[in-house]
Amino acid sequence: MLEIENLQVAVEGKEILKGLSLKLPAGEVHAIMGPNGSGKSTLSYVLAGRDGYEVTQGRVLFKGEDLLEMEPEKRAAAGVFLAFQYPVEIPGVANTTFLKEAANAVRMARGEEPHDALRFVKLLRAKTKELGMSDEMLKRPVNSGFSGGEKKRNEMLQMAMLEPSLAILDETDSGLDIDALKTVSDAVNAMRAENRTFLVITHYQRLLNHIVPDQIHVLAGGRIVRSGGQELAAELEARGYADILSAAA
Amino acid sequence: MAISVETARQVKELERYKYGFVTDIEADTAPKGLSEEIVRFISAKKGEPQWLLNWRLKAYEQWLSMPEPDWAQLSFPPIDYQDAYYYSAPKQASDGPKTIGDVDPKLLETYEKLGIPLHEQEILAGVQERSNIAVDAVFDSVSVATTFKHKLEEAGVIFCSISEAVQRCPDLVRRYLGSVVPVGDNKHACLNSAVFTDGSFVYIPKGVRCPMELSTYFRINAANTGQFERTLIVADEGSHVSYLEGCTAPMRDENQLHAAVVELVALDEAEIKYSTVQNWYPGDADGVGGIYNFVTKRGACRGCNSKISWTQVETGSAITWKYPSCILQGEGSVGEFHSIAITNNHQQADTGTKMIHLGPNTKSRIISKGISAGRSSQSYRGLVKISPKAHGARNHTQCDSLLVGDSCAAHTVPYIESRNAEAQVEHEATTSRISEDQLFYCRQRGIPEEQAVALVVNGFCRDVLQQLPMEFAVEAQKLVGISLEGSVG
Repeated sequence: MLEIENLQVAVEGKEILKGLSLKLPAGEVHAIMGPNGSGKSTLSYVLAGRDGYEVTQGRVLFKGEDLLEMEPEKRAAAGVFLAFQYPVEIPGVANTTFLKEAANAVRMARGEEPHDALRFVKLLRAKTKELGMSDEMLKRPVNSGFSGGEKKRNEMLQMAMLEPSLAILDETDSGLDIDALKTVSDAVNAMRAENRTFLVITHYQRLLNHIVPDQIHVLAGGRIVRSGGQELAAELEARGYADILSAAA
Repeated sequence: MAISVETARQVKELERYKYGFVTDIEADTAPKGLSEEIVRFISAKKGEPQWLLNWRLKAYEQWLSMPEPDWAQLSFPPIDYQDAYYYSAPKQASDGPKTIGDVDPKLLETYEKLGIPLHEQEILAGVQERSNIAVDAVFDSVSVATTFKHKLEEAGVIFCSISEAVQRCPDLVRRYLGSVVPVGDNKHACLNSAVFTDGSFVYIPKGVRCPMELSTYFRINAANTGQFERTLIVADEGSHVSYLEGCTAPMRDENQLHAAVVELVALDEAEIKYSTVQNWYPGDADGVGGIYNFVTKRGACRGCNSKISWTQVETGSAITWKYPSCILQGEGSVGEFHSIAITNNHQQADTGTKMIHLGPNTKSRIISKGISAGRSSQSYRGLVKISPKAHGARNHTQCDSLLVGDSCAAHTVPYIESRNAEAQVEHEATTSRISEDQLFYCRQRGIPEEQAVALVVNGFCRDVLQQLPMEFAVEAQKLVGISLEGSVG
């Protein structure tokens, strides 16, 4: 699904990613953990195509295509979804309108017919309910005045509506209470599928109790310094990053 | 509502300014330039009574010595008033079309291109979408057709061109013409008073709720022609009317002058809702050509508990100079101003409102949303004035500016003069830039950049768009997207 080879990225002249390589096969859930400033968010933004991230070396293949050549909206249409760490507020634009614009733009880019209005609303209501959100949230402007938990649920709602093939979750667990954490994890688990890959970026091991990954990678100093199974998360939780970092150095 | 998706599709189909065509019609045109003879010529063409000719001549005389208003934040070369035509009429219309059938088919074609259905039969049959709107169409200098006359007459509503009103109900016209915007109000209004060629007249009798939306479409077609329309709306006691004005012009390299005057009068308990979708040709991307839009719009709430509400969506014109205002005379009268102004490329706009509180317990509300893109410049200029007798007067002003890109400018110039200690006046203002975060968020969800800008801007304007009559809200939303085309990337 996704192949990252020797990716080097600079922000305002400062090197953040220093040769990151990673392979995410279809149908798997991979987690990236790492201390603050290790380049986790940079990785997610580079994959989504945000301006201001200069790729100095390396390449990224998504379903065999050069991902870095595509505009952000083309990546979305190709199936890349980023659940933002800090979802953005868009005042005055109703959540439903936004979701419909997005879903239809993606469908059109894929050569599909736009959603029939009635069916869209039905689908949206069903997904909203699954996520424990109220219909009232659909009428409110995108993320405006939403609580931290509501914003993250809203990200999950968008993910559910857009049905991506690669979903990147950038610290989706930050700022969530236990209940919200469970809702968000359930949403992800419900969407796990053979043709869908998840890249879960997190600071804390606790999320990985709910979303059990196939692989865990430790990102530090702009590189993957260790990879392993669920036991790696437990090790990190018990001993912190310092040991692993000094061992890797 | 997938407005922006539709916008994007529509933009692809269209030229940047889809109304930029010229209709090849034989026109009856007065000699170039402005003089007393021209004023007499126009008056004679319209067979006007002596009082109106005198009124025009007085205006002309005053105009000669009046200075141009120079306080607006606009820059343009001096206007050569002698280099324009002041009267141009499609030839046939000078004989006065009596029914739709008498109108030149080419003219009807033009209006069809503009999306204005004039075929009453079709409208009545429900073939056309806007089935409940009466339309008065003004082409260059004259009104060519008014639809739905009979249905309106049944309700006692008079809706016709102002030239016709001068003949049909001279007393009403004489009584109210210039009563809100006096001849010498400002140089542009003064010029209009001297040479106004047509426009709409509306009278709603006591207690009548106008059975349909009234609408006028203005179109400048002939080259080098100024358009000076005059609109007068009188809502008698307890009546109610909603009126919409739309404007377009062909693409031409020279600047054309448009100096209109709109006067509204609301008597006791009457309500006038006046909406404008102004889409005059704004000039090309380099700032060549476009309409100079110098408009004086003012409403007088003369009666108790009367209400006048202005809603405007301003996307066109090279230069806009326009301040739709309310004079709140009647006790408890209400004035509202809801505005969206979008400037792109080299457009300049200096626009806002005046709320003059004279009577007690008068209320006004101002919501202004300015969006500047490209290399354009925009100012909000507003005056809230509370007179000593306006006990209990209240005003709330909200003035938001949004910048798209880094070469545009936005200015806010609010004036507040309160001479009554009890009055409550509130002013809120914000200036923000369309954020990279918002655009990236939209694009990450698959929404292309221009569509994302349209979406964010539509959200920014939502409070005002909601004020438009339903039929035109969607049109205005599309216009927002189209106007901002080319403003990013």
